[in-house]
Amino acid sequence: MTDLLKLSGVHTHIGRYHILQGIDLAVPQGQTTMLLGRNGAGKTTTLRTIMGLWQASSGEISLAGERIESRATPDIARLGVGYVPESMAVFSDLTVKENLVLAARDGPLDDTQLDWIFGFFPALRRFWLSRAGSLSGGQKQMLSIARAIIEPRKLLLIDEPTKGLAPAIVMALIECLKEIKRKGATILLVEQNFFAARELGDSVLVMDNGTIVHRGEMAALAVDVPLQERLLGLSLEAHQ
Amino acid sequence: MTELAATDPLPKPKRDIAPILLPIALALLMIPLIGSTSSWLTLTAASLAMGMMIFIMASGLTLVFGLMDVLNFGHGAFIAVGAYVATLVLAPFAASVQADSLWVSLAVLAPAALLSMAVSGALGLIVERVLILPVYGQHLKQILMTTGGLIVAEQTLYALWGPQIIPMPLPASLRGSFILGDVAIAKYRVLAMLIGLAVFIAIQLVLNRTKLGLLIRAGVENREMVEALGYRIRRLFLGVFMTGSALAGLGGVMWALYREQVHASMSDDLTVLIFIVVIIGGLGSIGGCFIGAILVAMVANYGGFLVPKLALVSNILLMVAILMWRPRGLYAVTSR
Repeated sequence: MTDLLKLSGVHTHIGRYHILQGIDLAVPQGQTTMLLGRNGAGKTTTLRTIMGLWQASSGEISLAGERIESRATPDIARLGVGYVPESMAVFSDLTVKENLVLAARDGPLDDTQLDWIFGFFPALRRFWLSRAGSLSGGQKQMLSIARAIIEPRKLLLIDEPTKGLAPAIVMALIECLKEIKRKGATILLVEQNFFAARELGDSVLVMDNGTIVHRGEMAALAVDVPLQERLLGLSLEAHQ
Repeated sequence: MTELAATDPLPKPKRDIAPILLPIALALLMIPLIGSTSSWLTLTAASLAMGMMIFIMASGLTLVFGLMDVLNFGHGAFIAVGAYVATLVLAPFAASVQADSLWVSLAVLAPAALLSMAVSGALGLIVERVLILPVYGQHLKQILMTTGGLIVAEQTLYALWGPQIIPMPLPASLRGSFILGDVAIAKYRVLAMLIGLAVFIAIQLVLNRTKLGLLIRAGVENREMVEALGYRIRRLFLGVFMTGSALAGLGGVMWALYREQVHASMSDDLTVLIFIVVIIGGLGSIGGCFIGAILVAMVANYGGFLVPKLALVSNILLMVAILMWRPRGLYAVTSR
């Protein structure tokens, strides 16, 4: 299987802090790769660096063989990368419709794609003309994901979609992401919720202190309790 | 397929009309204090006209603040440049300007205003590229650069046109008033109100009915996410800056005709009012800017009539009162 996204020796500094300390990772085409790790391990920074929101200080990032580490964020997005940030970042002052109109960069909204999205997220159809700021947290997350998939994307970068959501909404989001995955999407998914990670992940990367400390199959990690404890234990100790 | 919270109740979006009611309430409150209905109507009309002119000058600045997070202390330069450029057209056609026919006057005023907007907009392009671009994200440097730019612009105007005040007489057809019973409403004020309203409606249509407007509104709220959706926001910044500069130029022409004179530091007093309008309206909010401009003009006019000694501080008091009520302005858009 070919790798759609590759990071080699990526370092990122934010101010005087050295956050990513030589990241090497690959995201295979058509797979969901989980990025796990404790708070502050560098997961969000990894996604933001790929997206060009923070500039890598050194190293290489390539998407479908094309170097992107020195490209501007809009150019990276135009290469087919969809981004769902941890904060969801829906435009509160705009309606649900307007949020999606903006996300559909290449033309008018495609009715077939919209119907597909409404299939997962009926709330978005119901609140089509409501201001996004008045949606609940779960509905905002749905809108944020819908915005990323309103047009076909080569790669989806999704940052903790289940964070702070009620269990019922988490289950629904997992179902949605499974469906997106079945359509052949390539996803790099940051997640703290191990249950969600186990349900969605094909492969897994675990980060700690700005480096990748484990890589392998998600299924293998899911059944290997000592390994889980070792990785989580390491993280917990480092966190204390 | 999963029913994702489709049945969750959504709080009905509340229409925030309190700020809209504020100028209406203020105007009604003034009726018994002023006593004479005709004086009240004249003052109210003067407030609306002045408010519209301030709105035109402030609307670009609020978008520049909200979208670009740029503290442009040199905005007044575009106002003065706009007014001076208009004299280039109005002076050679003084006879036409003073013609009795309104249409003949407007046929000269309109190209003068358009030329002013074009020159101010082009100056905006240069200022953004030369002064603002190197200092994005650095507020202190923005203040220094734009204040320096304002001083350079003023001195350049003095060098080109001389230090004297240049008269800009109001066209004969716009002199005088419409008389409605005991009430006299100056013709030029009616024209200013109409132009201000037209600019407000045009901006609202662009912001609410076009994709460009959506991008501007989204950019005011979260620039980073707009970029992550694939839009080059720097180009949008430039377009908004140029439009804001052009509107300031238009406001400069209107203000100069209102005061019937042009001088290089004409924007000094206005800049304070414009900043107050932008702050109390809420950074980046056109609706807030519109209401803020009317409030500022009302306080200046009613205050000047009732308590002339308070006229100098009345708008500062207004700003304090509004910010105590709504610390982020009447209609907060950005979190900055």
